[in-house]
Amino acid sequence: MNPEKTEKTSKIDLNRNDMPRQSPEIRRHNFNEVALGYTEEIAVKEAKRCLQCKKPKCKTGCPVEIDIPDFISCIVKGAFSSGIKKLKEKNCLPAVCGRVCPQEAQCESQCILANKKGEVAIGRLERFLADWEAKQGKVDIPTKAKPTGKKIAIVGSGPAGVTVAGDLILLGHEVTIFEALHKAGGVLVYGIPEFRLPKAIVAREVDYIRQLGAKVITDYVVGKTRSIDELLKEFDAVFVGTGAGLPWFMDIPGENLNGVYSANEYLTRMNLMRGYQFPMSSTPVKRHIRVAVVGGGNVAMDSARTALRMGADESRIIYRRSHAELPARLEESENAEEEGVIFNMLTLPVKYIGDENGWLKEIECLKMELGEPDASGRRRPIEIPNSNFRMEMDAVVCAIGNSPNPLVPSTTPGIQTTRHGTIVADQETGKTTKERVWAGGDIVTGAATVILAMGAGRKAARSIHEYLETGKW
Amino acid sequence: MNKIIERKMIVPNMHLLTLEAPDIASKVKPGQFVIVRANDEGERIPLSVADWDEEKGTVTIIFMEVGASTGALACLAAGDSVATCVGPLGNETEIGNFGTVMCVGGCYGIGSLYPVVKALKKAGNRVIMVFEARSNYLIYWVDKYIKLADKIFNVTRDGSLGLKGHISCLPDIINGLPNPPDRVIVNGCTFLMARTSEMTRDPGIPTVVNLNPIMIDGTGMCGVCRVTINGKMKFACVDGPEFSGHEVDWKEFLSRRKAYLEEEVLFFRRSEPKQAVHKEGKCQT
Ligand SMILES: Cc1cc2nc3c(=O)[nH]c(=O)nc-3n(C[C@H](O)[C@H](O)[C@H](O)COP(=O)(O)OP(=O)(O)OC[C@H]3O[C@@H](n4cnc5c(N)ncnc54)[C@H](O)[C@@H]3O)c2cc1C
Ligand code: SF4
Repeated sequence: MNPEKTEKTSKIDLNRNDMPRQSPEIRRHNFNEVALGYTEEIAVKEAKRCLQCKKPKCKTGCPVEIDIPDFISCIVKGAFSSGIKKLKEKNCLPAVCGRVCPQEAQCESQCILANKKGEVAIGRLERFLADWEAKQGKVDIPTKAKPTGKKIAIVGSGPAGVTVAGDLILLGHEVTIFEALHKAGGVLVYGIPEFRLPKAIVAREVDYIRQLGAKVITDYVVGKTRSIDELLKEFDAVFVGTGAGLPWFMDIPGENLNGVYSANEYLTRMNLMRGYQFPMSSTPVKRHIRVAVVGGGNVAMDSARTALRMGADESRIIYRRSHAELPARLEESENAEEEGVIFNMLTLPVKYIGDENGWLKEIECLKMELGEPDASGRRRPIEIPNSNFRMEMDAVVCAIGNSPNPLVPSTTPGIQTTRHGTIVADQETGKTTKERVWAGGDIVTGAATVILAMGAGRKAARSIHEYLETGKW
Repeated sequence: MNKIIERKMIVPNMHLLTLEAPDIASKVKPGQFVIVRANDEGERIPLSVADWDEEKGTVTIIFMEVGASTGALACLAAGDSVATCVGPLGNETEIGNFGTVMCVGGCYGIGSLYPVVKALKKAGNRVIMVFEARSNYLIYWVDKYIKLADKIFNVTRDGSLGLKGHISCLPDIINGLPNPPDRVIVNGCTFLMARTSEMTRDPGIPTVVNLNPIMIDGTGMCGVCRVTINGKMKFACVDGPEFSGHEVDWKEFLSRRKAYLEEEVLFFRRSEPKQAVHKEGKCQT
């Protein structure tokens, strides 16, 4: 054995530090956050595992190019406040991204230690710093550039809109956010459940934008209350970040039975309308004993895990491909499994059957097998003929995806859309086909991720600023 | 937050609510609705706009007190505020010169038809009103309609005003006219809209209904308001709320409307104090 080599490898610690979590038996009955976050001690220990590469590859895996080794070295030194400052230079929602980013496909997948399955837990460290800052109770408000007198309207208060607002306000522009719902935050408030992303965290981030001086007007539907053209009379530029909020259904018999929900309805009732506190909150919810969730993404996992917490005895994921193709974050499907969600893979619902009062009673499914890879590179599911079977069910949540909300495009002449209903926008600048209108986030890409929406927001903000400075479109 | 200018009970269980909402007042068209939340804990409830004043920047709604959330609204008074009033949502009623239009209204629909009738008259139509209620004391705004409509029929269950019976006597009214109407527009409870549509199907009179399903966001996001129109799934909030009454799957619509009936009733059976529930005497005008 070469002693030198042993010496070197022993310095490399390949053991990712686990993050403390509520135990599955307990957390499946409450809405408190599942993951509890690193303590200072564990955070420093984890940070020390970073090799501080000369050419850090993790950085290239982050859509907003956070200086990852830099903020990690701040943690090693215990300089948490410089660490959070570093983070915030690139990411204005670190507490959110640290929790919901698909790190295993981004920064962490690029980490040099990933080859040996010991990638640094970048997301958990990011979360640690953001939570540490929140615990200090005082937030640094950066100095703003002097007022430019330019006014920008932002439509939609999701991660895309909030990022644009944060960037432009620091550059001295006047920013107003218009939000259709009664609470700001987009999917972060109405979709992602409390047990994965506490609403207090989102509220804190939105509050920060308000403290910077952005005006946030809720209960205002652009395209209805005012059109984009009307906003353009009052504002110098408009950014559209209205997300992908229109639920898809499968077009199978029985979808309009009571007990069949879109994931948006199910999650909105629980999160935005705080249905989990019914009857103390006033939006009614049903107690269902057997719940099936159709789909395999984060939205499906969130719905199935919510069903357990609402008292279901049985909560199932019904997905037409196999485990390997589940689009959800690994951490989330594992969490779901631990909590007792049953996975019916290679299964496709074909029909919902109701009782005489119009309530769901049974679902009929087909068995599937995997064929050749399709355009997405995943193996195509193929129906096995005559494999129909039925399951008794009280509720079905359809979580097969969303398309962009057509309200803004359909009321804005001059904005071009694709055949998928997304707004056509330049990848680098976010410019739409209409002068003085930018767009970004899910409304441009179709349903994607928080960090990609933020990345798009950042680019659009840069382009808007350039336009406001030069007047050149 | 929208300030309440006026809130009064106009007939038993039916309330008029006028809110300060200048943005909506300058934009709203007949047939559109708003979504209101009484307070921060409140449910989002869709309510048709019954009138508005662009100059004063106010919108008026007529609503029936049926459960927890409308109960909370009914307890508010001038000077209070509602947490949310967002709109105008949905598409406007199709207005044109159709000839003779029969407008059938019951319940809150007597109110929501008012802007429709105004617009129809402006477009040169002859308008025949049919009001349906259990008894004469449940019909309101007659003074407003007398100035507008060419003819008014009343149908009451107890015969206290006009014809005695259900809306099922509509064919008698139509047969008594020199010519059948060119179009029928119905606003009100589901039963009224479904029954009327049934009766105008055979004579082939185009019939427009303004659906009132359960909704959450009202912008197409939640899909609670889905209805089957001519065999196809539509969202009432963005594709409607107006549809041809002859194309609606009424059985399905009725069962979806009733989905949370039990929970609404449970609310009243709860033993803890109900801050939101109608207090004796408070809602009298
Ligand atoms: C249940 C669920 C779980 C998810 N989990 C993850 C995850 O773990 N990790 C991850 O990275 N991503 C996740 N996503 C995806 C992620 O949330 C989205 O990609 C991201 O929020 C998109 O941001 P956005 O700013 O483009 O739009 P949104 O967040 O959708 O925000 C759009 C906002 O615009 C408002 N709006 C729409 N129309 C109008 C109008 N006409 N006028 C005014 N306002 C309007 C909407 O009400 C909404 O508030 C999840 C999504 C869902 C639904
Ligand atoms: S923002 Fe997301 S991708 Fe970037 S470093 Fe943080 S967790 Fe990784």
